[in-house]
Amino acid sequence: MSQANATDGTVSASDRPKGLFERTIGSIVLLKESPVGLVGAVLVTIFFIVAIFAPLLAPHHYETFIMPMAAPLSTGPNGEFLLLGADLRGRDIFSRLIYGTQRVVFYASLATFCAYIVGILMGLAAGYFRGWVDEVLSFLANVILSFPVMVLFVLIITSIGASGATIVFAVVFASAPGIMRIVRGLTLDIATRDYIAAAQTRGESPWYIMLVELLPNARGPLIVDACLRMGYTTITIGALGFLGLGLPPPFPDWGGMINETRTLAMGGFWWMPFFPALAVSLLVLGFNLLADGLREVSLRD
Amino acid sequence: MARLLVRRLGLMLLIMLVVGFILFIVNEGDPRKVARGVLGPYAQEQQLDIWIQENGYDRPIPVRFLDWVGGVATGDLGESVQYKRPVNEFFWERLGNTGILAGLTFLIMVPLALLLGVLAGMKEGSLQDRTISVASIITTSIPEFASAVILTTVFVIQLKWLPGTSSMAAGWDWMQMILPVTVLVLYGFGYIARMTRASMAEVMTTHYIRTAVLKGLPYKRVILKHALRNALIAPFTVIMLQLNWLLSGVVVTEYAFAYKGFGTLLLEAALRRDIFVIEACGLAAVFVAVLSQTLGDIGYTFLNPRIRFS
Amino acid sequence: MSDTLQQAEPVKSPPKGEPVLAIDNLSISYFIRAGEVPAVKDFTLTLYPGEAVGIVGESGCGKSTVAMAIMQYMGGNGGIVGGSIKFMGRDMSKMSQEELRQLRGSDIAMIYQEPMSALNPSMLIGRQLLEVPLFHEPGISEDDAWTRAEEMLAKVKLPDPARVMNAYPHQISGGQQQRVVIAMALLSNPTLLLLDEPTTALDVTVEAGIVKLIKEISAEFGTSMIYISHNMGLILETCDRVCVMYSGVAVETGTVKEVFDMMRHPYTRGLFGSIPLPTADKNANPLVPIRGQLPLPYNRPDGCYFGPRCDFFEEGRCDDPKGVPWLTVDEASGHAVRCLRWTEIDWDNYTPDMEQHPPNEPGEEVLHVENMRKYFEVRDTSLKALFTGKASRWVKANESISFSARKRETVAIVGESGCGKSTFAKVLMGLETSTDGQIVYNGEEISQLPVTRRTPRQIGSLQMVFQNPNETLNPSHTVGGQIIRVIKKFGVAKSEEDVHKRVDELLDLVKLPRAFKYRKPRQLSGGQKQRIGIARAFAGYPPMVIADEPVSALDVSVQAAVTGLLMDIQRQYDTTLLFISHDLSVVRYLSDRVVVMYLGMIMEQGDVEEVYAPPYHPYTEALLSAVPIADTSIEKREIVLEGNLPSVLNPPKGCPFSTRCPRKIGAICDEERPPFRDAGNGHVITCHIELEELSKVEPVIVTKSPGGGAGEKAPEPAE
Repeated sequence: MSQANATDGTVSASDRPKGLFERTIGSIVLLKESPVGLVGAVLVTIFFIVAIFAPLLAPHHYETFIMPMAAPLSTGPNGEFLLLGADLRGRDIFSRLIYGTQRVVFYASLATFCAYIVGILMGLAAGYFRGWVDEVLSFLANVILSFPVMVLFVLIITSIGASGATIVFAVVFASAPGIMRIVRGLTLDIATRDYIAAAQTRGESPWYIMLVELLPNARGPLIVDACLRMGYTTITIGALGFLGLGLPPPFPDWGGMINETRTLAMGGFWWMPFFPALAVSLLVLGFNLLADGLREVSLRD
Repeated sequence: MARLLVRRLGLMLLIMLVVGFILFIVNEGDPRKVARGVLGPYAQEQQLDIWIQENGYDRPIPVRFLDWVGGVATGDLGESVQYKRPVNEFFWERLGNTGILAGLTFLIMVPLALLLGVLAGMKEGSLQDRTISVASIITTSIPEFASAVILTTVFVIQLKWLPGTSSMAAGWDWMQMILPVTVLVLYGFGYIARMTRASMAEVMTTHYIRTAVLKGLPYKRVILKHALRNALIAPFTVIMLQLNWLLSGVVVTEYAFAYKGFGTLLLEAALRRDIFVIEACGLAAVFVAVLSQTLGDIGYTFLNPRIRFS
Repeated sequence: MSDTLQQAEPVKSPPKGEPVLAIDNLSISYFIRAGEVPAVKDFTLTLYPGEAVGIVGESGCGKSTVAMAIMQYMGGNGGIVGGSIKFMGRDMSKMSQEELRQLRGSDIAMIYQEPMSALNPSMLIGRQLLEVPLFHEPGISEDDAWTRAEEMLAKVKLPDPARVMNAYPHQISGGQQQRVVIAMALLSNPTLLLLDEPTTALDVTVEAGIVKLIKEISAEFGTSMIYISHNMGLILETCDRVCVMYSGVAVETGTVKEVFDMMRHPYTRGLFGSIPLPTADKNANPLVPIRGQLPLPYNRPDGCYFGPRCDFFEEGRCDDPKGVPWLTVDEASGHAVRCLRWTEIDWDNYTPDMEQHPPNEPGEEVLHVENMRKYFEVRDTSLKALFTGKASRWVKANESISFSARKRETVAIVGESGCGKSTFAKVLMGLETSTDGQIVYNGEEISQLPVTRRTPRQIGSLQMVFQNPNETLNPSHTVGGQIIRVIKKFGVAKSEEDVHKRVDELLDLVKLPRAFKYRKPRQLSGGQKQRIGIARAFAGYPPMVIADEPVSALDVSVQAAVTGLLMDIQRQYDTTLLFISHDLSVVRYLSDRVVVMYLGMIMEQGDVEEVYAPPYHPYTEALLSAVPIADTSIEKREIVLEGNLPSVLNPPKGCPFSTRCPRKIGAICDEERPPFRDAGNGHVITCHIELEELSKVEPVIVTKSPGGGAGEKAPEPAE
């Protein structure tokens, strides 16, 4: 493919296939058109960088005892600067937030990714084969979607116990039907296009058609949805921590940090739950703004 | 129309049965676990066996399930392990409390969201649109547990205007409802508003709106008679699904403010493995969700003549 | 009717009274982030009372923009950047919103391209109609408005107006919807009626009814009309004067007669050269496509915008940045042209350089279809159906299809929407299997062979060109990648090198640069995408190619190029072409044999000359009469079909055409399937009427002799 035909002499810049790098740059340039989306992209990027480099960025270990109940901007006994204060057990809230970022970003990404694989496969099959496959899968999706998400989580987690794997499983179980519905709708639409008929008439197998011919053309709305869903999953993981059903301590978890300290907040130690709440909101805001920006940009084309 | 109604109700019943079966299997599939839960961790193996025999848990699962369905259908929800009294005695009051919280939230959230959504979608890209859109994105980004903390910090701890819990310990107090309702409305309204906006903006670009304008109708009539009805079809289904979401939010919010509703009951029961309460809560939640979906579908058909007459 | 008005007015110069609409040097631009995109430049048009003016041009020429500018409705990003529009002497750009509102829908009304989307889906038709009197006639009551609306529905010849008033738009057919839109426009008795491609979305027999109605309206109400269309034939039927647009500029204007008979602008000339008129012949007198492509709005050349595509382009004159002024051709008739060289071009001695070919000699039989049936099961899930046991009904998509195609031959299957032509293609391709009957292709029986069970060779030997250029290629993959996949799949070439050689060959074959293989489909124009679609279909050296409406979504000038290409490749490869189309003009031009279908059945088939001349099947006769022809020397007998296309779920028991047939002879038509009547030489008519009777029918299309008298038969005399 890449061997440009030099004898033609007509290969212009726009004729050459674009690399992944060029395309990524292209989408960032596009996002510039939407200031809202750009703010979202910056927020999300910051959180991802923090997550990846957490041990390098955190001033202290998340369990190091420094000074109990220190207020924000205070200094510890050994001159440690406590930007966001410390909690009941004297741990630096800022450092714990940074490690918490790592945890929430990791689990949200993993869970969303898994949910997408399941949801895409189900949605493609339902929308492409239709008939009884569709009826069975759609009924299953309906049953699961008829549980209020949080009730479903509470039931799942209390019956099999809280762990990282449980949380991923619960998110996949609860989100996949929603993703399936979106993919199914897109599939039903795209399957009527002539290029799908062209692939059928040259005898391609159904899964080749679904994965190679169909799925790439559904990517626009799916990327937007994936951003939104990352936001929901972040909220879910936070809410589970808040309800005491999240990942077990000692590794810091934003929701858990809020839950442990919110009664203390009433006594005036407001910063202990406040900053984790702010962090969750900012990360979710980043995803939502990014999704909005991407949608806006994709609609303009 | 009648056909659709019958079909939807049939589907609803089927989903309830399937969900009921799942709940039943998860909670009561293993008779030993049930007996252990009722008699406590210190009961001996023989005691468990006796209890299983006395309560008919030695029968095969299908028989027990039918029995269970019969019980639920006649209003027998079993006895709570934790409170040692019939679930019926306290369950409905808890559910009612949640009904009040959710109802109030809906009453404020839906009109607010629809109004803002329509205002934003009417003139896509205008300042009015951008302001409303960004505001609704920001509020939907703050989960209930975070806004509970942030609002408590501001209005309870700093300003001392509002009570920090809503346990209604000293009788019913409307002041205690303000924070939970605000938390739920803040998180929930943005989504409906954004759907309404998108739907309205789409309708405003359709050819039939152009026809209406070029027919020489006043702008107000174009919006009210031609745009609004078509624009509200899509958000309607969303609102109905939102009821489902609201129930999730309710669990978190009730826990945050110690409100004695269905959510806190479910959490306590789940933590203590109070199986009959869990089952009752699960069934109630699914019933509300499925009912709202059914109503949503029927309403959608009613609003959209293209489906109604085909 | 303009004559009667002329007499009523005192004779003036111009003699037709005050103009209804005077557009003077109008320029319109759209403003996007990239900057200003000029859509229309320097457009001038004067419309007198009772006159009908056509604006004609290909897509993107700015004709619809002009209509929207007259309505002063251009969305958020469009604006008038120069010139003026005066309605009844008042400058429209100086009117307030309220003044405009009072004008819209009362003095100026509009009829739109797609009636379905022009009507509010969730509002009763009656309520939508009564709004017009309600908001333009102070003091009228809702009841009176309702009655008026109902009366107007009767005037536009809708059957059962009371029922239509209480229906939603989706409950009536497309033709009826357009009548509702027309009624809505006429309710306020407008001075000016704008028609923006009012029949483009409709089937040709339905179109004929609407066109007839429009003509009657202009006669009865004396309304001035601006008729916007890409179809020259429709303009000829409906308008007095015409204005030809190209790339945002009007290039030629004058009376219809002058412009159609003595066109002066090379673009107008080119446009007519690419229309398949009855005089065109694929071998002796092939169509002449316009070379090159329409310039993008922000990338137009200096001087004459048509310059780069014009055979008479002269450097230094035609590319003068000052542009081209209007030059008068004929003062009296108002014929003017925007071409600096119009006096210098000798059209009489101009013959475009088009290759002539000897007619194809058909070879052995390649495809033989015998009594093929395709029924679909439609499950009824209603409770009533469950109780009565009638849970499924059968849609007879194809019924008793028999015909054959020979090597090198072009066989056209022609029919309106719902006639079953696409279902037939699906069965051939193996996407569906037939219910009954045989299909022998290349010596193999394939009617029961789904594509999944066909060998790569079988698949490669029967391929298809699709209709919609924007859907035929997968937007996610490069053009080259998509052709490579096909070549590998058919086993045409094995080694990488051979595969790439074949890709280049195919691109050469469809006359596209080889570098196009690196492009994504969105970097290609519609015609180019269609060429890639053709290249893909020919990858496996197929003996036969099915072309499903391959040019119907393209502009005429591109159409001519793509059909020309298709026929070139056909000659080169000795391919049989199965051409599925609804367009009788294109079919007449390029096919050797024609199969006419209606509601799943073949009504008539035979050699093209025989099908287009008596004896006709009454349906063929009606179809031929309905097709607008852009030739002033042709006269047609008017046959307008009544009623709607019956539903495929509930087709007539006897002859499928019996419900609309103007030549119906009695109950036998409703009760019994018509017999196949053989007129010799494979010309078969499926009709209850005796061949003798059918032979007595006059031809639908006759060419007037140069003196003006009718009589001479169309150029294809029956044998």
